[in-house]
Amino acid sequence: MTAWFESLGMSHGWAWFIANMIGILAIALPLMLAVAMIIYAERKIWAAIALRRGPNVVGPFGLLQSFADGLKVFLKETIIPASANKALFLIAPIITFTVALLVWAVVPFDVGVVLADLNIGLLYILAIGSIGVYGVIIAGWASNSKYPFFSALRAAAQMVSYEVSLGFVIICVVLWANSFNMTEIVLAQKAHVFGFLNGFGFNPLLFPMAVVFLISSMAETFRTPFDLVEAESELVAGHQTEYSSMSFALFWLGEYANVLLMCALNAILFWGGFLPPVEVEFLYWVPGIVWLFAKILLFFFIFGWVKATVPRYRYDQLMRLGWKIFLPLSILFVMLVSGYLMLTRYSGGAL
Amino acid sequence: MTLATLVFTLFASLAIISALLVVFARNPVHSVLWLIVTFFNAAGLMILLGAEFIAILVILVYVGAVAVLFLFIVMMLDVDFAQLRSGFTKNLPFGILIALVLLAEMGIAVIAGQAGPVIADAPPPLEQSNIVALGELMYGRYLVPFELSGLILLVAMIGAIVLTHRTRGDVRPQDVSKQVQRRPEDAVVLKQPESGKGVEL
Repeated sequence: MTAWFESLGMSHGWAWFIANMIGILAIALPLMLAVAMIIYAERKIWAAIALRRGPNVVGPFGLLQSFADGLKVFLKETIIPASANKALFLIAPIITFTVALLVWAVVPFDVGVVLADLNIGLLYILAIGSIGVYGVIIAGWASNSKYPFFSALRAAAQMVSYEVSLGFVIICVVLWANSFNMTEIVLAQKAHVFGFLNGFGFNPLLFPMAVVFLISSMAETFRTPFDLVEAESELVAGHQTEYSSMSFALFWLGEYANVLLMCALNAILFWGGFLPPVEVEFLYWVPGIVWLFAKILLFFFIFGWVKATVPRYRYDQLMRLGWKIFLPLSILFVMLVSGYLMLTRYSGGAL
Repeated sequence: MTLATLVFTLFASLAIISALLVVFARNPVHSVLWLIVTFFNAAGLMILLGAEFIAILVILVYVGAVAVLFLFIVMMLDVDFAQLRSGFTKNLPFGILIALVLLAEMGIAVIAGQAGPVIADAPPPLEQSNIVALGELMYGRYLVPFELSGLILLVAMIGAIVLTHRTRGDVRPQDVSKQVQRRPEDAVVLKQPESGKGVEL
């Protein structure tokens, strides 16, 4: 796009700046719209599973429910507790929200349709994702209140535990794809199994890792059954207890943007991203972005399904799963995968 | 002034300011948060140098893991500021001594640095990305030192666990497989107590 703006007679610097600004807005604005719509979709899924109707009043089929909620939150008064640490209290939701948007910069929507095609895209996602926990920790501490503080401590321990096994899972994928670049990882999955199935997840050596990654991504985004951070029966609303109005809404938006990102990562790392699931010529007539969105929505449905049906873990069970099961399992698979690759002198292509 | 110099000045001055604030912040939690800002600016400087892999590692390791644990500990400290300040005069001479030693070291570094370039000129740009270059060096030329340092870290980790772990006789840990294997026959006894009599278990 930079070149197109330059052809209009702009200097390179300005053309680059405007092209990137448009790119950022083209990701951030639809993302916010998507967040509003998936909140509605998720409430409908839960309602269907619980044999209820779900939102059905605002707009046709209740489609405008999220926008009505957003407007309501926007019009509320921002309350800052007297004993809170004011600056940090206000920064915390901004950190959560900004970090949730930042990560989307390296997500490839199709070949070449990516804002920043970094060589180390996957590491960038890991690094920025690990900053996300500061929103929760700072909110919990700055609120100067019991329940948010418990929530902050739980969040810190949980994030650090699950990031370790998440890192090892990603190493397996990177070993096989031979790159940290997101687009190259997706392209490495083309015709990966029997020259027919597109996706590392179809590979028997990587399928267990796909499962570990799916479960860990639920833990990373503090979703049920790992939502001990905001366990309402114990901690009121966790770190968001003292928040109101827009600062609360920012937490909300950030949380759902993160959930969408984790769904996208599941799709990109293991299930072929923007490639169609099987290698058939006519399936390529459908644009890649449609395949990616379909996969994201599928994973989002799984997230909502799990949230509606699985009861919450106890904290010691959560730690046990992370450290005693996922960590040894993922280390074992790093060894298995690298051993297999060394044995077969594998260098790209089909399994 | 080019954009690169401007950005360098920005990152460098922010790094120094936030490093100063780490020391001068009254609240230890604020200190840790300023430390995180310092790490970020250091990562920014690394990106300016073209070492994007190191920059990401700084963020991933220091900001994402080490600082979280720092913050975790510091947030749980129950610091009594009045007591902290009462020790000020007592510790002052010692503090000044340390400050002087550090100042002398910095002076020596500056003087030695003027004697000649310590760091060689920028290496010629390579075709490969710096993650590949680093990997080839670490697993090729420097394989033995790299593996040895890994071994030392492993020993240190196991040592720390052994030193802090103590087995107490009175704990009853949960054994999940035992719980799962438990059948109703092992756990439940059905009895028909006669009226007026208790049940022996």
